[in-house]
Amino acid sequence: MNQPQHEQDQATQSVDTHRRNFIGGSAALAGLTLAPGVVVYGLAHGKTDAEPVTNKVRWGMLIDSGKCADGCTDCVTACNTENGVKSGPLETDPHWIRKVELKDMRTGREQSLPVMCQHCEEPPCVDVCPTGASFKRADGIVLVDRHICIGCRYCIMACPYKARSFVHETLTDQNPDVPRGKGCVESCTMCVHRVDQGQNPACVEACSKAGHEAILFGDLNDPNSDIAKRIASHATVQLRADLALNQGIRYEGF
Amino acid sequence: MASITFSELKDTSTRYWFLAGLIGLFAALGLGSAYYMEHHGHIVTGMNNSVVWGMPHVFAVFLIVAASGALNAASIASVFGKMVYKPLAPLSGLLAIALLAGGLTVLMLDLGRPDRLIIAMTYLNLKSVFAWNVVLYTGFFSFVAVYLWTMMDKTKGAYTKAAGMAAFIWRLVLTTGTGSIFGFLVAREAYSTALLAPMFIILSFAYGMALYLLVLIAIYTGSGRPLGDAILQRLGRLLGVFVAASLYFVFVYHLTNLYFTKQHAFEKFVLLDGGIYTTMFWIGQIIIGGVLPLIILLNAKLRASRTLLVTACLMIVLGGLAQMYVTIIGGQAYPLDIFPGWKQSSAFFDGAIHHYAPSLPETLLGLGGLAIALMIVTLGVKVLRFLPASLADAEVDPHTKA
Amino acid sequence: MARLASNRMWKWTVGIIAVLCLSIAYAASSTAPQASKAGPTIVIDKARAGEHCVEDTAFMRKNHMKLLMHQRDETMHKGIRNGKYSLKKCINCHASTKDDRVVGSDEHFCQSCHTYAAVSLDCWECHSTKAKPVQAAAASTLPAAAASVAGEKK
Repeated sequence: MNQPQHEQDQATQSVDTHRRNFIGGSAALAGLTLAPGVVVYGLAHGKTDAEPVTNKVRWGMLIDSGKCADGCTDCVTACNTENGVKSGPLETDPHWIRKVELKDMRTGREQSLPVMCQHCEEPPCVDVCPTGASFKRADGIVLVDRHICIGCRYCIMACPYKARSFVHETLTDQNPDVPRGKGCVESCTMCVHRVDQGQNPACVEACSKAGHEAILFGDLNDPNSDIAKRIASHATVQLRADLALNQGIRYEGF
Repeated sequence: MASITFSELKDTSTRYWFLAGLIGLFAALGLGSAYYMEHHGHIVTGMNNSVVWGMPHVFAVFLIVAASGALNAASIASVFGKMVYKPLAPLSGLLAIALLAGGLTVLMLDLGRPDRLIIAMTYLNLKSVFAWNVVLYTGFFSFVAVYLWTMMDKTKGAYTKAAGMAAFIWRLVLTTGTGSIFGFLVAREAYSTALLAPMFIILSFAYGMALYLLVLIAIYTGSGRPLGDAILQRLGRLLGVFVAASLYFVFVYHLTNLYFTKQHAFEKFVLLDGGIYTTMFWIGQIIIGGVLPLIILLNAKLRASRTLLVTACLMIVLGGLAQMYVTIIGGQAYPLDIFPGWKQSSAFFDGAIHHYAPSLPETLLGLGGLAIALMIVTLGVKVLRFLPASLADAEVDPHTKA
Repeated sequence: MARLASNRMWKWTVGIIAVLCLSIAYAASSTAPQASKAGPTIVIDKARAGEHCVEDTAFMRKNHMKLLMHQRDETMHKGIRNGKYSLKKCINCHASTKDDRVVGSDEHFCQSCHTYAAVSLDCWECHSTKAKPVQAAAASTLPAAAASVAGEKK
């Protein structure tokens, strides 16, 4: 706390209780203000339930393939548990997120990373949806409005990342926060039901819990957020960047 | 010139009703399959999360493309002024409507939520080709209906040319839209090309004309009405030109792909080691659907035989279905290349050729669409006057060429 | 020829009208299955928390479908959750105390009326029929409120 020099000289003789109280009070107020900020440091800043989302925020993720452990599928398990997705080996099973094993064709070097809906800024799936069920929310999250999805699967044809799945059979006992059903198309929602309550997506939390910290979630529009700072200072890429879709999901380390 | 009498099929024998019954049976099986698929979900079909469009779409797209081409015979008369084709026009219009209805039925019944059709018609995302198609397809029905009205109502004959031109332009836009369904998909190596729109237009000429000839010959032979060789030879020769043009487009498509190194893996898949897709391409699409019919249709002596002409048309239809199979299913079977330069593998079959095996319900649904189209024609020619009483050479030939 | 055609036409018309009249007579007669004179019996499991709905009964009867149609867009497109008309909250209150559901038999809330009205319930293709307590509002207020302060600081 910087006080002007002359005030300090004046107060050296006697204790200025007024100034002491002022300093104490300011410190307390600052502490009170900062403390909750410290609590949410690293967490997404959510909004109250009654406010509509705006484009002031753009949610994104940064995935560090270098930190992604070989054979680890914690993010996949967490996503499936959170969203009630029963994935499996059948070709009809849904996949909201998957681990992709990569092998360099020329050198044979291997690594892995998770792939999910890339939440593009110019989503091809939104362009092709005949009813507008596939849409991009103001805050950048791309969703399927299953109230108006007719199940034509055109968006699945259009997605460059194989992010979407079609529900092939009747579902029961869905997570009440994540309605999903037969005949509609679905994909990673970036845990929008959690993000809207100020929480992290399930995959981010699981990766954190496992100690790998490979997935960073945050507001791309906020220059002071962790993710924005890291993207500004490190080399990161978007998958199929040649398509110029400006995805909200970025990768580094490969 | 003698005026042409149009009449409905009056003396229909047991053979007619047997055929109608058979077609009706397949239509019923198709509808039953649709119910079964909707009730249990698409798990009962061969479609999965890697190949989302299967046999129903092969049939549906084929029928829709053929519908646009079936209007050709009428267009040549009204738009290009070749009066020789004028008697063929009403049947051409009927067939166009019937094929489109059949194709759309399959498409709509295959939806994951067919009960939401109203939503598809009221919530329109105008950036989507599918949304345009809702307008284009319903518009097609209206335009062809009006066109038919001008042809069949003697008092409206003056408007035939205008109605015919409108229908012709509309169907070109419609088929451009159908081709663009695939052409606009930037993600997949099999699609993402402007060539698909004009290719689909040329394909429509071939498929539509082949089906028209088959229907024409079937009805006239079955009902005993005279059908002269002159008109069949003209249509057959025209069909040969359409098939040649189709082969040209296929050639340019693959030639360009072969020039781009990044497309080589995909071309190798289609042309060499894609298993069923390679077989369908060379044997189905090229040889049966292209080369063999061309040999018959471009040779006047071979074309003169009705058996060979019918065989050529059937081969074009089969080849067309094979082409749709390679385009639609083959295009999905080849995996997306999300990480160029890397070999990819995952639990979601990244980097692997995707499996698809047609199941009975979805195949019956596809056939059901064809059956519905044929049913409309079968009943239509019995109830309304689409057919000239005679297409013998003497009736057809004396007309002057425009 | 014309007389013959009109004779046949008249026969068909009279026939159809006769069939309609007979059907109406049967439906109105006492041999047809009777519905309750008071209307459908809607099962409201009074043991659940809360004495009354967020709106009065007459209003809900007439307008609940409009509220649902509006709320679904609010949630999907604007991210507004846990509001007055949140579907989760409806289910939480109206779920049967026996098995926590709103659909499953004619003794369950939504189904009891919809079966009578013969209106199909599309919601449950996707939405869970089971009640799940909404996250306590207090738990989510702190991060959101603090974050908005923190946001202002940024």
